[in-house]
Amino acid sequence: MSDVTETRQETVDYTRYPDAQGHFGPYGGRFVAETLMAALEELTAAYERFRNDSEFQAAFDRDLAEFVGRPSPLYYAERWSKRLGGARIYLKREDLNHTGAHKINNTVGQALLASRMGKSRVIAETGAGQHGVATATVAARFGMKCVVYMGEEDVQRQSVNVFRMKLLGAEVVPVRSGTRTLKDAMNEAMRDWVTNVDDTFYIIGTVAGPHPYPAMVRDFQTIIGREARRQILEIEGRLPDALVACVGGGSNAIGLFHPFLQDEGVAMYGVEAAGEGIATGRHAAPLCAGKPGVLHGNRTYLMESESGQIIGTHSVSAGLDYPGVGPEHAWLKDCQRASYVAATDQEALTAFHDLTRCEGIMPALETSHALAYAAKLAQEMRPDQTIVVSLSGRGDKDINTVARLEGIEV
Amino acid sequence: MNRIEKTFAARAAEKRKVLVPYITAGDPKPAVTVGLMHAMVEAGADIIELGVPFSDPMADGPVIQAACERALVHDVTLRDVIEMVRQFRADNNETPVVLMGYLNPIEVMGYATFAKAAADAGVDGVLTVDLPPEEGGEAMAAMDAEGLAPIFLVAPTTTGERLQRICAAARGFVYYVSLKGVTGAATLNVSAVADKVTEIRQASDLPVGVGFGIRDAQSAAAIGAVADAVVVGSALIKRIEELRDDEQRMREAVAGLLSEMRQALDAQQTETA
Repeated sequence: MSDVTETRQETVDYTRYPDAQGHFGPYGGRFVAETLMAALEELTAAYERFRNDSEFQAAFDRDLAEFVGRPSPLYYAERWSKRLGGARIYLKREDLNHTGAHKINNTVGQALLASRMGKSRVIAETGAGQHGVATATVAARFGMKCVVYMGEEDVQRQSVNVFRMKLLGAEVVPVRSGTRTLKDAMNEAMRDWVTNVDDTFYIIGTVAGPHPYPAMVRDFQTIIGREARRQILEIEGRLPDALVACVGGGSNAIGLFHPFLQDEGVAMYGVEAAGEGIATGRHAAPLCAGKPGVLHGNRTYLMESESGQIIGTHSVSAGLDYPGVGPEHAWLKDCQRASYVAATDQEALTAFHDLTRCEGIMPALETSHALAYAAKLAQEMRPDQTIVVSLSGRGDKDINTVARLEGIEV
Repeated sequence: MNRIEKTFAARAAEKRKVLVPYITAGDPKPAVTVGLMHAMVEAGADIIELGVPFSDPMADGPVIQAACERALVHDVTLRDVIEMVRQFRADNNETPVVLMGYLNPIEVMGYATFAKAAADAGVDGVLTVDLPPEEGGEAMAAMDAEGLAPIFLVAPTTTGERLQRICAAARGFVYYVSLKGVTGAATLNVSAVADKVTEIRQASDLPVGVGFGIRDAQSAAAIGAVADAVVVGSALIKRIEELRDDEQRMREAVAGLLSEMRQALDAQQTETA
């Protein structure tokens, strides 16, 4: 163990973050227009009240079990591990959740909170459409009006998810400003919230945004890591050597990492989208290649120009196509508690095919970035070591993208 | 006394209201902005709010979003905007200029570097939409060191305790956002605005400006009856957008609307005097 590691263990208790104002070291906080400050204070107070309320927790646990279908299995990918010839790889099967991804863990929690707060209308931003579908789903489940903002470009790329949201009763609003992708959808959702702040609850889909969202969404997603920790101890009798998860905003990654943060021997790898390669500039990897700034209510690493404008991102996966990242990841990077790496579009596609053919599990393209890095990492490790990968979502939504990239007509 | 204080004191002595136009710097192209600022002063503007274009203007409606996009086609940076103020100051040393924008360009430039450059160029105040006083300690200290006034927003949703905190941090004037929503949004409720302005006056000795939703001489006069300053933005920018290919007519249209507002505000003061 290195000196750096020992110093870190003495000085940082990661479970104490954020502070009362939502700061993870220099990151996070609350950078919004004044009109939203009261709404954020109201939300923070409600969340603090209900997170310690046993009746609320029981309702959340019941929905996770009976509506989402938890616990999700921890699956040993034996054939794939043996073929790679290194560490044993376990997959935390969030793809088996209702609606096919980890996103539903968070939307169930926030919808429950919205209904306790008496809000009759929920809004959301979405990129690939997974968070939009998960929000439309819980809105139907709780009988709330639902509006989903989606960049016009993504509306066209993800038409099946758009129809799915409409079937669930949601209104999908195409956003035509800026780069017409996820970041602009988030701007538009903020504008809706500022206008309809009295009756509307904004369900943010990741661990970004102003305080309390990064902490609240994390808390709803830590079910991933708490289950995985218990499951791996049951199967292996010891903690894993490494955790791997993809990072767009970073909600599935923080959900897996957080319950292991005080376990010094567990290495953590967040995998960003390197797009066509970091060197080309066409990527979505703010932790690997960006610098700190302020966007969407929090300070974090961003993809930005020298003069502070937010710049366009590129990734084969719409869910990772975002210029920022959750502030807790920025903090974990600076503390060197987690490592942030990147996988290219091509590496992700290769991993997509490998897992599909080798294990009969078709991963989302977002998840495929984590798998690509896990495969590399496993080969550098011994067969008596283990890796847990967050299999954050299933790949059905991506088959048209894969077909198009490979010149196949479906 | 800085330019903002002088302006409010002078107008108050004349029993006239302060008229504050907003334009986005560099819209529709950088060469237009300084001339437009002078034209607005001639038409009766007392303070100029100069928008710093940002890629993600979360608190702005479609009109100012489009203005930002037009300016960013020309890569207008925060340094370019400061340079425009320096050029404006070559011919006008009286009219206060307040920069209005979002935090990230300032953060990237560095608070101290920004504050020094802005003050040297003749900027008087800075309104950073997404910087509430709770997060603003370091930025405010840097501005204070250079004599720049940090200007803060108060919203219809601002509660009593926050109002105290904002008023304690604010300099220059307090900017009341007249409605829940983004810039350029629909309707004004003048009596609700009057109630909130009264509340702000109890919390602060600073003058109170009101913006969002003021679109013509009539709404300017209605707000002028209850506030110290009237801010108009989207209504001007709509004219800039419509006439963006004809600089002469654009300047006339902007000046024309401001003149109407100036007259309506002054006429009202005469009536009530």
